[in-house]
Amino acid sequence: MIDARGLVCPMPVVMARNAIRDEKPAALEIMVDNRAAVENLTRFGTHSGYQVASEAQGEDYLVRMTK
Amino acid sequence: MKKKFPFSILIAGGIIGLAAIALTLLGNPANMGFCIACFERDIAGALGLHSAAKVQYLRPEIPGLVIGAFLAAVIGKEFKPRSGSSPVIRFLLGAVVMIGALVFLGCPLRMVLRLAGGDLNALVALLGFVPGIAVGVWFLNRGFTLRRAYPAAKTEGGAFPVVMLALMALALLVPSIFKASTEGPGSMHASAIIAFAIAIVAGMAAQKARLCMVGGFRDLILFRDGHLLYGFGAIFVVVLIGNLIFSKFHLGFASQPVAHSAHIWNFLGMALVGWGSVLLGGCPLRQLVLAGEGNSDSAVTVFGMICGAALSHNFSLAGAAASADSAGGIGPNGKIAVAICIVVLLAVSVLYTFHKKEAAK
Repeated sequence: MIDARGLVCPMPVVMARNAIRDEKPAALEIMVDNRAAVENLTRFGTHSGYQVASEAQGEDYLVRMTK
Repeated sequence: MKKKFPFSILIAGGIIGLAAIALTLLGNPANMGFCIACFERDIAGALGLHSAAKVQYLRPEIPGLVIGAFLAAVIGKEFKPRSGSSPVIRFLLGAVVMIGALVFLGCPLRMVLRLAGGDLNALVALLGFVPGIAVGVWFLNRGFTLRRAYPAAKTEGGAFPVVMLALMALALLVPSIFKASTEGPGSMHASAIIAFAIAIVAGMAAQKARLCMVGGFRDLILFRDGHLLYGFGAIFVVVLIGNLIFSKFHLGFASQPVAHSAHIWNFLGMALVGWGSVLLGGCPLRQLVLAGEGNSDSAVTVFGMICGAALSHNFSLAGAAASADSAGGIGPNGKIAVAICIVVLLAVSVLYTFHKKEAAK
């Protein structure tokens, strides 16, 4: 899981993109702490061919990308 | 998957565009319905941080944008105090971005407004802005980060909106305590209470849509995602239509309001703004919105910008607008400052990119 809490955009998306580029995972989880990052990751994941779902976890959000 | 139609960003861009037209019609300088850099510069003057007599006024638009973003964040349960992401470096970058913006005479938002007014000097600036963003993206792709922010107390996150509200209250109740221009751009303004109200609405819209004048080109280069560019485009189209309706569209380089045609310096000034803003994670407008959401690092960035504005005028770094008597442009100090700012951005970019072990900590 990528921990992108405390990082403002575009850093969460850059981290997700780098993980996809380097490891080509079938599934990826990213933890963020702001809704703007959830929206950006959702857009990026969708453009990259992933199904994207997110859920609130306390103060944070878990974004799941799956092929 | 079918692409979602970008309603919210188009609506936010439209609201900002309409607000800019209204503020200009109500008294703000031409092509300056909004200008985050110019207005923070005017506030620096109002507070006596510089003594350029023509650019001193406590612009209500800045407190209004912050309070609007704060209200939208609180209502949307997005007010989250955060701090600790390299605040001193952000202060420095804020000052650099301001120095670059005042060389050009406008922030990225005013660049769009100037383009929509037919000012081709802003097109030259745009040609510098985009490569500046590309340089920042080059470092992002290689690991640049100003590190994490951490949860902070509500008082820490709320301090900046409260300071803005207090400034606005003082401006309305005892305006005489602030310096105020009697001529020049600082003397041209809409009524304070109306400007404040319009800016609150604009701030709420900008917060909800994550509007950012740098983010559009940045994301397009980084991920081929042009979502935020819809906001840039919506502002341009709405203001262009408004300018055509009210006969305020004048195509050309010469005789543009609060502008000069020193092309190299317009290009380099906005290249600095693009590069610095990418390192900061957003344009000057976005910094105000993030500060309203409780991000203390962005609040520090705004303080850095205000300090940069004071430096710009105290040390004659800012561009001079062309007038009937003068072509305006940039003096020797401004040229040296641009060179120093490029070195500063390069040093920060390199130092915060090539420390990979610490990068994500």
